[in-house]
Amino acid sequence: MSPDLPLWLAILVSLFVFLGALLTMAGCLGLVRLKTFYLRIHAPTMGTSMGGGLILLASAIYFSITRERPIFHEIIIFAFVTVTTPVTLMLLARATLFRDRVEGSAEIPQRDA
Amino acid sequence: MKKLFPHPVLAALLLGLWLVLQQSIGFGHVLLGSIIAIGASLAAAKIIPEPVRIRNPHLLLKLAAIAGLDIVRSNIALLMVLGNPRPKPKAAFIEMKLELTDTFALAVLACLITATPGSAWLEYNREHSTVLIHVFDLVDAADWETTIRTRYEALLLEIFQ
Repeated sequence: MSPDLPLWLAILVSLFVFLGALLTMAGCLGLVRLKTFYLRIHAPTMGTSMGGGLILLASAIYFSITRERPIFHEIIIFAFVTVTTPVTLMLLARATLFRDRVEGSAEIPQRDA
Repeated sequence: MKKLFPHPVLAALLLGLWLVLQQSIGFGHVLLGSIIAIGASLAAAKIIPEPVRIRNPHLLLKLAAIAGLDIVRSNIALLMVLGNPRPKPKAAFIEMKLELTDTFALAVLACLITATPGSAWLEYNREHSTVLIHVFDLVDAADWETTIRTRYEALLLEIFQ
């Protein structure tokens, strides 16, 4: 696609994309395989942290080299993903905690009144 | 000055964001970015009355480095557990008391704990200033609490309070 990309850099970029995709997929499989809600919330975090991070890093390197100027939009994507994940997580987690407490589940720490 | 910049940190962040998005520091971009930053921070002042104070900005870099290292480490740890055909993690809830009370610092801590695979910030109780965290694979609860306290909370206290 781009003749300007040296071989070692092409290998590096592919490695980052591959590792990032691997981590993201492992996280998604974990989401399917794990049994309870509280275990499941952890697995996709791999995709939003290091998995996505590596893919974004590869993207930044690739476009910085081929366009011949530093490109780092990717930082913004990473920042937004990191900042917004806890919002969804807390919403889901607190709803589940509420439900489990109403049902009187023994595993959940009760809110001391 | 105070009226125009109720949230100097937020305004600076927004301007930085705008410039990164445009990938340029031309005069036009800086001007437009500044207008947007000031306008947005004025609007934000209605929602967030108290301004964010950053006491030691240089420590933010240290925090980012520590968090980055921990994210990489726990990604590998989680991959190991999930790589097992029958994963048997020792999951546990941890309820710990925090000295941190600043809203913004708490938000940063929540983001960091959640961004690290294997730990999730579930709920903060303002009355008791305790936080409920779920840990995917807990080895030692006391050790884990100490890690959060010394690695993250101490640093955040220095930066924000």
